[in-house]
Amino acid sequence: MSSEAKIRLDRVEKKYHGTSVPAVEELSLDVHEGEILVLVGPSGCGKSTTLRLINRMIEPTGGKIYLDDEDVTTVDPDKLRRRIGYVIQQIGLFPHQTIAQNIATVPRMLKWDKARIAARADELLHLAGLDPEIYRDRYPKELSGGQAQRVGVARALGADPEIMLMDEPFGAIDPITRERLQNEFLRLQAELKKTIVFVTHDIDEAIKMGDRIAILGERSVIRQLDTPERILAFPVDQFVDDFIGAGSTIKGLNFEQLSGLRLGGYPTIRSDQSPQAGLEALNESNKTWLLVVDEQNRPMRWMREGDLQQSTGSYQDEGSEVRIRLNAEDTLFDSLEQMLQSESGSCCVVDRHGALTGVVEMAHLRRAIRRAQVEARRHYEDLEDNA
Amino acid sequence: MDGFSSWFAYVGDHWSDVLTGTLEHARIVAIVVVTATVFSVILGILVERHPAARAASLSIAGIFLTIPSLAMFALFIPLVGIGNPPAEIALFLYAILPILRNTVTGLDSVSPAVVESAKGMGMGNTQQLLQIRLPLAWPIIMAGIRISTLITVGIAAIAVLVGGDGLGGFIQGGLTRLGLPNSYESVWVGTIFTVALGLVLDILLSLAQRLTTSRGLRI
Ligand SMILES: Nc1ncnc2c1ncn2[C@@H]1O[C@H](COP(=O)(O)OP(=O)(O)O)[C@@H](O)[C@H]1O
Ligand SMILES: [Mg+2]
Repeated sequence: MSSEAKIRLDRVEKKYHGTSVPAVEELSLDVHEGEILVLVGPSGCGKSTTLRLINRMIEPTGGKIYLDDEDVTTVDPDKLRRRIGYVIQQIGLFPHQTIAQNIATVPRMLKWDKARIAARADELLHLAGLDPEIYRDRYPKELSGGQAQRVGVARALGADPEIMLMDEPFGAIDPITRERLQNEFLRLQAELKKTIVFVTHDIDEAIKMGDRIAILGERSVIRQLDTPERILAFPVDQFVDDFIGAGSTIKGLNFEQLSGLRLGGYPTIRSDQSPQAGLEALNESNKTWLLVVDEQNRPMRWMREGDLQQSTGSYQDEGSEVRIRLNAEDTLFDSLEQMLQSESGSCCVVDRHGALTGVVEMAHLRRAIRRAQVEARRHYEDLEDNA
Repeated sequence: MDGFSSWFAYVGDHWSDVLTGTLEHARIVAIVVVTATVFSVILGILVERHPAARAASLSIAGIFLTIPSLAMFALFIPLVGIGNPPAEIALFLYAILPILRNTVTGLDSVSPAVVESAKGMGMGNTQQLLQIRLPLAWPIIMAGIRISTLITVGIAAIAVLVGGDGLGGFIQGGLTRLGLPNSYESVWVGTIFTVALGLVLDILLSLAQRLTTSRGLRI
């Protein structure tokens, strides 16, 4: 079991000097290779303390921490930290050094040769989306907050560490830039596949960034540890439920694609068929709306019974236009948003040629939510039975 | 006008003495400032993170500045005899506070996030100090060195009273002959060349400060 854990905390405790209550109490946790594990919890619950124990910025007062099955307390702490990327909210770029020098900090300590260091700095600037020609010789004060944060991440990646520790890395950035940095980072991670422990107090950021999320309570006690989908579908207790806050069901819709839905039949007619045929199709189903599709089966117009009765058979400008078409890879959340805007209350799903593959209705979403909740509950019941 | 021309005449007549006096003065200042800088920066580094030691060393350095200079210079004669040494020791003690205080303040001013990230990337204490904390504190330390230099240049004129060299000779010589011909000229020569020396040294140090401060730290 420990072989797949890249980082392993075993009943770790941290009691700060002069305090009686530990900041971290008996914490056991495995971080798997290549995953982003998010530690999320209210301010002061011990997230930063937990993170800083891993690279020995502080020493535990109990328990063991292993990286690759190696007890970290047996390693020289400075050498250990050079193998672990560390990003903090305030970034902490060195103001007296150029961007390239900042990024080269760890390679320089590892005594790489000059040419290799310069090449690595340029490579990382590229990775961070900053043109080396422009930014290499700039100083940190000449960067915007978002750029500085990119450089902070690039610097942590300096010597290509396998592990990254990130403490609220996007916490001090304006919401729009934060969203962009989050997306960039997720794209980067899809390539790099680092093992990442990511701290945040923002549940939405946790849901977005985490492969798994550990929701922490006081003294860094794990209240729930699971995938974001399962936590949203089945918060184990009131604390977690409160922490996730309102809208957890809707947030959960982000994690399922339309391809996962089984969409039943929907009344349609081709545009060369008569309105009479349409009325028959509509009556056979028990739906309110019918779709008119063209010769290539592409959805064109929504029609109601009344629209069909008055139809001339050309269907141009009759009923209402089909404006939005989603693909199988879009999420249930995307479809919900479209359904709320659409007059028919449903949403067309098409293949890559634009041909209709199905129509999503509210009942589908309700069923999907129910299914996710039942699955998550069963998962926890199984866990309990096995325990 | 008459005062000025007689002053210039006096400088012209005593040019080589004035030059010697200025160079001796500068030499005393240089010795004192260099030793005080080395001492105070090292002390500052050692005490910065230890509140008790830090408060104690700053208070003691402060007390040195309150001891009247005349007494301070004389105090060291029994130990090192007369001449430049007692003067240099006294000046050294005066020069400590500005450099020590600015070293401590400068190190304090380094952002904790910068130190945290340096440590987090695997820099040891010495690397953090030499590569990060001192370079960042340097402009403030330099400002302290400049203040100490100016204080030392001024007070060094008293060295003559304990048998030391420097421009103080012109001032003392003038004062003992006050009213006699050339007495005021002598006092003025001592004063003006002392002030000029202070200005020149300050300009040199400000240049050095610019050259030794990273472009990333300049405002
Ligand atoms: N250096 C320290 N000395 C004493 N107590 C500390 C120290 N750092 C953090 N704490 C305390 O430990 C608890 C957890 O802090 P922290 O890990 O920073 O929380 P979080 O990152 O979740 O906001 C808090 O109660 C905090 O006051
Ligand atoms: Mg924190």
